[in-house]
Amino acid sequence: MLLSYREALNQAMREEMRRDPRIFLIGEEVGYYQGAFKVTKGFVEEFGPQRVVDTPITEAGFTGLAIGAAMAGLQPIVELMTMNFGIVALDQIVNNAAKIRYMSGGQLSVPIVIRGPGSAAHQLGAQHSQSLEAWFCHVPGLKVVAPSTPRDAKGLLKSAIRDQNPVIFIEAQLLYGTKGEVTEGEYTIPLGQAEVKRAGADVTVVAYSKMLLVALEAADQLSREGLDVEVIDPRTLKPLDLDTIVTSVKKTGRLVIVEEGWRFCGLGAQIADSIYTAAFDYLDGPIVRVTGEEVPMPYSRPLEDAAIPDVPRVVAAVKSVCGAA
Amino acid sequence: MADMDRDDLLSLYRQMLLIRRFEEKSAEMYALAKIAGFLHLYIGEEAVAVGAIAALRPDDYAISAYRDHGYCLARGSDPGKVMAELFGKATGLCQGKGGSMHLVDLPNRFMGGYAIVGGHIPLATGLAFATKYQKQDLVTVCFFGEGAVPSGQAHEAFNLAALWKLPVIFICENNRYGMGTPVHRAVALYENVAEAARSYGIMAERVDGMDVLAVRALMRTVVDQVRAGHGPFFIEAMTYRFMGHSMADPSHGHYRSKDEVEEHRKRDPLVLLKQQILDQALCAEADFKPLEQEVGEIVAAAVKFADESPFPEPSALHRDVMVED
Repeated sequence: MLLSYREALNQAMREEMRRDPRIFLIGEEVGYYQGAFKVTKGFVEEFGPQRVVDTPITEAGFTGLAIGAAMAGLQPIVELMTMNFGIVALDQIVNNAAKIRYMSGGQLSVPIVIRGPGSAAHQLGAQHSQSLEAWFCHVPGLKVVAPSTPRDAKGLLKSAIRDQNPVIFIEAQLLYGTKGEVTEGEYTIPLGQAEVKRAGADVTVVAYSKMLLVALEAADQLSREGLDVEVIDPRTLKPLDLDTIVTSVKKTGRLVIVEEGWRFCGLGAQIADSIYTAAFDYLDGPIVRVTGEEVPMPYSRPLEDAAIPDVPRVVAAVKSVCGAA
Repeated sequence: MADMDRDDLLSLYRQMLLIRRFEEKSAEMYALAKIAGFLHLYIGEEAVAVGAIAALRPDDYAISAYRDHGYCLARGSDPGKVMAELFGKATGLCQGKGGSMHLVDLPNRFMGGYAIVGGHIPLATGLAFATKYQKQDLVTVCFFGEGAVPSGQAHEAFNLAALWKLPVIFICENNRYGMGTPVHRAVALYENVAEAARSYGIMAERVDGMDVLAVRALMRTVVDQVRAGHGPFFIEAMTYRFMGHSMADPSHGHYRSKDEVEEHRKRDPLVLLKQQILDQALCAEADFKPLEQEVGEIVAAAVKFADESPFPEPSALHRDVMVED
């Protein structure tokens, strides 16, 4: 069945909330407003305000509240209106959600999903356009998921909700309206499994979330020029499915990593390090990274476009790594 | 003094004495380098933990900041396991992963000590949210210092607790100093810090935090009211810490005078309760001797247990970062 990314997320949460009364949803405008991006449309009508909890604009407070509720046996889903606001709740996420199990010697756990859109949309300015996945990936105790397709979004969100660890689930505003084939009925996709989104023999491109769509478009264009690109979506950024990427690199000998986030200490730096360690002898040349520019996101459209990786840049990177530039 | 019962009063005295002797021994062990890191002693404030926790049911929740040994012991934790945790031993409450500031004892419903000032107050609202959500008639007690009152997370939590009528009791231990900064240099409404909670519509009362009977009497009323669903309550317990902020800080330091400390020591909660018991002629001076003896033996046994326990195996390092499937 053809579903939008938004509908897929809605279905995932709806199915899980029907299954398990311990699951509740909390965040700004999740209830009567139907979600800032309408992901939770119909939820308060079906589950009531006890389980679909509208909050004041206090991310630290309600994220902390949800973590406390998880410690006492509930399974909260926190919707951050955007992942940028996760910065306001970072003390709760990093100091409490991620550490409570370890600090307590395994006595407590925090089964929580913190979800919302990350990355840039169109001209939202510097404070609403950030790709912060590397921040979350850096912290032991968190899992980080960033699906690119409706099918993945549904299957991964269901797994994230069932997972007994804190999971940061990063969506994208520009993906909400995208449509894709979603399996009918009950299914889940395990966390920590990458997927080869396009098989190819010449070069491997790793990309996730919105950048997966950019990578696939670049691959299509390159195929017309005779380059056979394999595109891998890690889907879960932590724990990272390194095996799938290594297997691909052993076949192609070349790797390009695309991410929207800032270059320095970005996720691609970690993936490159892991591949250099695990598959150095299979590489025919240096790994090439395509990243966002090292600037606060500018408002002006041409400047914003210049700050975000696009198809021509991915095409150029692939050609350079293949010595075809 | 209507409910003066000899065994009851001696039991309160014994609990406070246990905390006092445990803390004195901890200081000794710190001097011997058996305990390292930050060590914040509860000496002087015993009446707050003991009085407040005496009014709880065993299944109620308690959570605190980092000066947490007293609450843990008052909740019934094994002193040996607490001391072993301070020693960083595998037999500690948290298997040596938490340390002095992060004690957790789930079976005794002590949900942890937290070391980011203000950061655990939202967690307390979450525990209370969960009990209300699950229709359990439980209360959550949250201990923090007056130094946490101006923090943003405290205010967010007060607002959420009041907004949703959560069954949480905020106990502010006003020991007059946030580390070395006196309350009048940190809290705008320093003469009545409870105004912070009242401004959100939370009922509040001040109590003599050196008088364990006064603390317990107020708490019994408050617990009944909160358990009955009348929403949160804020107690300002006026107390004083006889030791430095931590072991790194001499008992008076530059920020307060020796005379001031001596003045407060005249209202030592142990001396105060003993005097109340003697005044009522419920027992004689000699009746306290066996308590000293018994508590001394418990603390000595706790040290012996901690000392003889093994450090965690290297294999423990990566255990409990995540919940494994």
